[in-house]
Amino acid sequence: MKVLLRNPRRELEIDGKRSVNSLLAELGLPRESHLIIRNGTLVPGDAELSGDDVVEIRPVISGGS
Amino acid sequence: MGSKCRVCKAPAVIDLPRHNANFCAEHFLELCRRQVVKAIEKFDMLDTDDRVLVAVSGGKDSLAVWDILVELGYQADGLYIGLGIGEYSDVSGEYARAFAAERGLHLIEISLRDEYGYDIPTAAKATRRVPCSACGTSKRHLFDKAALDGGYTVLVTGHNLDDEAAVLFGNTLRWDVEYLSRQLPVLPARNGFPKKVKPLVRLTEREMAAWCIVRGIDYLVDECPMALGNKHLAYKAALNEIDATSPGAKAAFYLNFLENMAPLLVGQSAAATDALNTCTSCGAPTTSDLCAFCRTAAKARAHEPVPVELVLSKGRGRR
Repeated sequence: MKVLLRNPRRELEIDGKRSVNSLLAELGLPRESHLIIRNGTLVPGDAELSGDDVVEIRPVISGGS
Repeated sequence: MGSKCRVCKAPAVIDLPRHNANFCAEHFLELCRRQVVKAIEKFDMLDTDDRVLVAVSGGKDSLAVWDILVELGYQADGLYIGLGIGEYSDVSGEYARAFAAERGLHLIEISLRDEYGYDIPTAAKATRRVPCSACGTSKRHLFDKAALDGGYTVLVTGHNLDDEAAVLFGNTLRWDVEYLSRQLPVLPARNGFPKKVKPLVRLTEREMAAWCIVRGIDYLVDECPMALGNKHLAYKAALNEIDATSPGAKAAFYLNFLENMAPLLVGQSAAATDALNTCTSCGAPTTSDLCAFCRTAAKARAHEPVPVELVLSKGRGRR
């Protein structure tokens, strides 16, 4: 699957199926500070991602106060 | 099989560990609206006949709160301030303008450089403070001024539960009773300040980003380059780490502060009773002769314009 990450913007190619939560854990990204958009649609932590998917991992934390 | 919505059993789009539940798009939006209405009612934030001004940055929280308030039937205009933070400001303005134009909403725009002769990178350099300090001083002043000049009865900001919990965490680490006693989601109008409210205090950043995604709102995802590495972000990360093992702890920390601790701190703020003067330059309320905004602006205007990259390379090691 193609995985788009932000801050900084970059792309990864990852082989094989896994759940959203597994992908976040593998990349060391906390669930509370990220959302996953699969093929343009928001999906929960237990959603299964497959090889054909285009996945955006969107950080949700902003620093202003 | 993916998880199901707690309400209707349709496929879920989001898991919310603090509610120990998953929600479909429709019921997630309903939950968010309910949380905003609850905050508005509990803290007497808004009336239906209020003229509301929403401070809009082009990020998820401010666009979400504007969207929700309009949906709930409030008469709400937006205010965007061009801070002059390089490309980041250019792009954030485009998101704010596009949001307003697509919905036929009125957006007021102020350019710090064009109208006040300085920008945030220059102010940070000239005042030798962290950029967020000059930025906060400038925005607060211009929000207040625009609300009062425009005849708005309430100024709304998009501060969410994570923002407030992080500020509370910092204030608690220092046991700063002055700041703790003023950390409320509503500040009443007084002596030249408009009423200010934070309707998103019961919703997390993750929920606000999800609101925008589900509602199809394009917002600026990239972080402000000048905020990278600040204390506020470190506090948010620490609270999220706690929340990962104790879901709901972050919300309880802040919401139980409002419920249990804030009432005990009423009357503890010295600043709330300070006599206020009038700024000799702009007429805004201030505790000294010249208000913080005018002091910052004067220093920044006297300084050569500083490109954002220069402040970043100097600032990162210091924070």
